[in-house]
Amino acid sequence: MWRRSASFVLEKYQLPSSPMESPKSPQSPNPNPNPIPNLNSTHGISAYYQTRAEHHGVVTSDWLAQAQAAVEPPSPPSERTSPGSGKPFSVIEEFNYWRKKPDLAEAVAAIMALAAVIRSSNGTTMMELEIELKTASDALKKGDRSSISLSAGCDLFMRYVTRTSALEYEDFNAAKLRLIERAERFGEISLKARRTIAMLSQDFIFDGCTILVHGFSRVVLEILKLAASNRKLFRVFCTEGRPDRTGLRLSNELAALGIPVKLLIDSAVAYTMDEVDMIFVGADGVVESGGILNMMGTYQIALVAHSMNKPVYVAAESYKFARLYPLDQKDLEPAIRPIDFGVPIPSGVEVEECARDYTPPQYLTLLFTDLGVLTPSVVSDELIRLYL
Amino acid sequence: MDSRRAPRTVIDPKVRQVGFVTPGAPPARSHSVPTDACSSPPRAPDFTLPSNSLSPVMIPPARHASADGIPVLTRASAPVPVPSTTPNPPSPLRRDGVQIPIGSYNPSESLGTSPMRSPSSRMDGLEFSEDMSMVSSSRLARSSSAKAAAASFPGTNTEMMAAGKVVGNVVPAKSSLTTASVVKTLPGLSDKGDGSLAEVHGEAAGIAKPLKQKTSKADRRALQEAQRAAKAAAREAGGGKPSGGTVPSNAAKGEFGKPSQKKDAASVSGANVVPEKKVADRPPEKERKKDVPHPRMQFDDQHRVEKAKKRAVVNQSEARNRVELFRHLPQYVHGTQLPDLESKFFQLDHIHPSVYKVGLQYLSGNITGGNARCIAMLLAFREAIKDYSTPPEKALVRDLTAKIGNYVSFLIECRPLSISMGNAIKFLKSRIAKLPHTLSESEAKFTLQSDIDRFINEKILLAEKVIVRHAVEKIRNGDVLLTYGWSSVVEMLLLYAHESSKQFRVVVVDSRPKLEGKALLHRLLSKGLNCTYTHINAVSYIMHEVTRVFLGASSVLSNGTVYSRVGTACVAMVAHAFHVPILICCEAYKFHERVQLDSICSNELGDPDVISVVPGRKDLDHLDNWAENENLQLLNLTYDATPSDYVSVIVTDYGLIPPTSVPVIVREYRREQLWM
Repeated sequence: MWRRSASFVLEKYQLPSSPMESPKSPQSPNPNPNPIPNLNSTHGISAYYQTRAEHHGVVTSDWLAQAQAAVEPPSPPSERTSPGSGKPFSVIEEFNYWRKKPDLAEAVAAIMALAAVIRSSNGTTMMELEIELKTASDALKKGDRSSISLSAGCDLFMRYVTRTSALEYEDFNAAKLRLIERAERFGEISLKARRTIAMLSQDFIFDGCTILVHGFSRVVLEILKLAASNRKLFRVFCTEGRPDRTGLRLSNELAALGIPVKLLIDSAVAYTMDEVDMIFVGADGVVESGGILNMMGTYQIALVAHSMNKPVYVAAESYKFARLYPLDQKDLEPAIRPIDFGVPIPSGVEVEECARDYTPPQYLTLLFTDLGVLTPSVVSDELIRLYL
Repeated sequence: MDSRRAPRTVIDPKVRQVGFVTPGAPPARSHSVPTDACSSPPRAPDFTLPSNSLSPVMIPPARHASADGIPVLTRASAPVPVPSTTPNPPSPLRRDGVQIPIGSYNPSESLGTSPMRSPSSRMDGLEFSEDMSMVSSSRLARSSSAKAAAASFPGTNTEMMAAGKVVGNVVPAKSSLTTASVVKTLPGLSDKGDGSLAEVHGEAAGIAKPLKQKTSKADRRALQEAQRAAKAAAREAGGGKPSGGTVPSNAAKGEFGKPSQKKDAASVSGANVVPEKKVADRPPEKERKKDVPHPRMQFDDQHRVEKAKKRAVVNQSEARNRVELFRHLPQYVHGTQLPDLESKFFQLDHIHPSVYKVGLQYLSGNITGGNARCIAMLLAFREAIKDYSTPPEKALVRDLTAKIGNYVSFLIECRPLSISMGNAIKFLKSRIAKLPHTLSESEAKFTLQSDIDRFINEKILLAEKVIVRHAVEKIRNGDVLLTYGWSSVVEMLLLYAHESSKQFRVVVVDSRPKLEGKALLHRLLSKGLNCTYTHINAVSYIMHEVTRVFLGASSVLSNGTVYSRVGTACVAMVAHAFHVPILICCEAYKFHERVQLDSICSNELGDPDVISVVPGRKDLDHLDNWAENENLQLLNLTYDATPSDYVSVIVTDYGLIPPTSVPVIVREYRREQLWM
């Protein structure tokens, strides 16, 4: 599936100055000074959303100053991933290292960590290596069950890397080199995915349009950034994104880019839908039916948009394609996230704490992925081709 | 010849091909026989290869191309295939030659291998016929040209001579025809020509020559007519012991042969000159129409129905008052077929007893359900293959294919095939066609039997288990599951979910006239499940408490349409209106590449009497003599088509897929299955 990755569009356009800096860039927002919580210490609360909150939380200036003082400069990746380093290799550590980079999606961090597993493997047979890889990916997945892109990314990596005919013919070292090569290619594609998607989606943004976005999605931000740098004239409606107010953060970023932004409360979607030309959302995961799992509220926005005949576009990297098939909202393990209502909750009142919902494919218009612009039904075709 | 066989094993792809790959890309160009004897051999591989690289998923190469591939010289030497295929049993290289034994031991079977009576020609009611007939026709083209090539090699002369000697030993009466034809092609080859048949040969050549410029199909048709005419004439002229036995038995088996063939034979026996005229007079359009296999037997076409009746084994009287919209489907007066067939038991010696038994079971309704019927049929075929022995002077591949074709058409007469059976037949036939030529008969039979076992195990039984494992994940505690009718997979699923101690309740919806749900209900209750039983009339009432709908399917078509027992669409529609997820459990071997938009084009009509009679209600006798009323038509449909919009997910052995992905499965796996 990645053979046909649409990342080639990037080669044509040499971005003069990429707004998205490379992960190692010193300009990138500082990582969280607090140590990343141990992956296994999640007591029902979604680690995925914890990481997201750490990455996207509305950052105050004094907190930033504290963070800057506390953080030590991250060691360069080459040092970390060299197989000859003295201490025993731990995939979780590696993953946490990558995860600290705010621009790096969790799945890409996992992919990088798995690639490092191959590189540092001491196995002497293919089987050994495969088992090693499997245990590593299981460890990663076990750490955070609620992250769909993490487990999907691990699965896809395993499939992509190990499904090569070279394994049967070559000797071990050659095969291992080939695996590393494939792993690196996969990581590279995953890294480039966001920019690929941004390039592909430019045709859909026209001058004078109004775009509704929900939550904070790095892909959507990248798309809007690129559209702004292409001198497109459009305005953006941002939902507030309760409870973690991710919409505020997005509106902040967009305003800094000089894009006209309007902030809505989450319940004002239907009220403003008349003015909206298109909806852009990201996705936590894209499931086999072609529907998406995304931040709570996406489903209702899609429903409103569908009833008003507005197109709903989803921007999602292909490593988020998961082998899941939810039949309805409750058909998934809920990702629990505590909600702060600002006031004490009366006793005896239940709170719906699920952080995401499932939007069925019939309410989605198109998916922008690094494989190209797809209709929802193609997702399953791609997954079938890869997994079966 | 040997070098020509070699690529066959090479080009069989062992890897799965993804995307658009030209099947059997010509790797064997270098294998073409190097000869200058005639212009034809170098072109031969171009049209011989597709015959073994054909898959029903792919668009078969145009038949015109293959016909055009037959070089001019072959046409000029039209009768060559007839003589050159006279038996050469010791040589395994000739196994798939066109075997038209002359005066051999079983005339009816020898006719069976004749291409004009290829099994597919009798499978008009079946959509699978096209591919097989494609195969057989291209095979014919291949073998005939191969023979032509072989005949023109200097190197094969000795072989030909040897063959001629064998013929001379076995059937002395016939050898004259053989050699006469060969003489015409290769003047220097043989001097055994018998003057007695000179006019037959001249006549055949005379037919072939003027047709040279005509279009391909008509041409080939004429060629075959000519061969047949020559053969019939030979039989006449021979007048020896074998032909004396042949003619009457052929007439007796007339129900078997194509009507046109019978006619030809009759007219030939009258006068030798007639067939020539017939062939010349026939307008090419009609030829073409006859040559192209009809995609599906239309039973409102009087002409074709008459013809079909003539060759039918089962005596069928059609129901009279048929609904206008469904006249294209077969409908027979119930109860007339079974006694007739039973009385014929000792006459139907060409049908293997196990196949016969299965046919009777279909007819009487003892075996129903897509999987059960498919398994029963495959087991019967397995028995038949076990007892099969290749008649002398025949190739196992061709003869067995024809035999299976016979069985299939017999089964169709008993009850129209389900799509699952069609797919299984397609599988079996492709396995037979792809048998390595080096296998001995017992090895080949063993291979086929194990193939059938494997198909039953992997594609049906194991697939069911996998589906159950996939589907059970979608059952949560406290669910209310609704199912309609009785599907074997759904039953397995419910029992398995119960065994894995999930807490749920089952609503069994049923409908007249089959009331299959009662059987399911009985089995579920005996295992201690909590059930509700209702008729389809109440489905809209019961639906509001249902959380999942599990349905079986007879087939899933390429556009996601679910083809299943009648009433399924109704249940699915109601469930959709109530926003209840609908899960279709269907094995991937039942998927079909056809697209269907309604339940009218292709369906099966059940016995109309069963809906007019209400068992246990003697007072409801208003419809007792309904058949005499011209104004009344009863419709008892067997299947209906559920649009893919209503289907949430299809649970198959490849996992859970949305209905939009059915073509992907068909494309990616059907081919693999055929190549298996």
